[in-house]
Amino acid sequence: MWSFLHKYSSPKNFFRLAGLLLPWMNGAFLLLLALGLYYGLWVAPPDYQQGDSYRIMFIHVPAAWMSMFIYVIMAVAGAISLIWRIKLADVVAAASAPLGASFTALALITGSLWGKPMWGTFWVWDARLTSELILLFLYLGFIALTSAIEDKRTAGRAGALLSLVGVVNIPIIHYSVVWWNTLHQGSTVTLTGPSNIATSMLIPLLLMAFAFKFYYASVLLMRARCEVLEREQNSGWVRELGETS
Amino acid sequence: MTLSEFVNMGGYAAYVWPSYALGLVVLIANYIAPRQRERKLLRQLRRRARRDRTGKPNRQARQRNE
Repeated sequence: MWSFLHKYSSPKNFFRLAGLLLPWMNGAFLLLLALGLYYGLWVAPPDYQQGDSYRIMFIHVPAAWMSMFIYVIMAVAGAISLIWRIKLADVVAAASAPLGASFTALALITGSLWGKPMWGTFWVWDARLTSELILLFLYLGFIALTSAIEDKRTAGRAGALLSLVGVVNIPIIHYSVVWWNTLHQGSTVTLTGPSNIATSMLIPLLLMAFAFKFYYASVLLMRARCEVLEREQNSGWVRELGETS
Repeated sequence: MTLSEFVNMGGYAAYVWPSYALGLVVLIANYIAPRQRERKLLRQLRRRARRDRTGKPNRQARQRNE
């Protein structure tokens, strides 16, 4: 088991495996995205209260889910990096941060584009919105911190610590609509118990959510391949790559 | 649903379409950036390999020797 793990976490094998997986991830992403857009924009009926404005949900909610999911991945990678010193964990965290920041910004902006017609305002300082904004600052802080430190190992360790400290914000975001009286609505889709949403709207939501997951996997693999190439540029197998490709 | 109804989004077009457009921009930008970086890195590797083959000392090796 451990020898297997070490074999595949070796940079060379990772680079190859990622290259093999990439077309499948892209294919799954494009298929799910096309279906999600078709069902979300065309098939699903308008909401009886919100009209067609609720269709922003199919971008907003998957983006918000991704913003938290990616941060958890970064925190887990940070823990792995600090405990087992696996180089690949730093690579995963560094490759995730720009995407996480992008999805957080996307969730915030689509949220305010949805909030304007529904709440009458682009922004309120309620618990859900504020904690999501803090998440954006955590991502930006991670990127600034790790890119300010020259040595990759030290940068990785500092970033790992920051992501682990910041992970307390994730349950705060999730439960903010329960703990505080927020303008933001509560969860409509839950893992436990029935979801509070019509099936015709749930299908595109889940399609888009899975599309974003595959997209993340694809971009993560691409970014991680670049990181590996850069970090290993003086090793034999990377030099060979230059000769054969 | 007709096409004009679809474009109009029940009067919410000004909020719905920018959201989808921005989503698309985020997806495309984050996809293109690592692709271009990988292409650039591979180009550098090829250039280095060519220099090594032709026997001319490459710039990094020269800098190391100095």
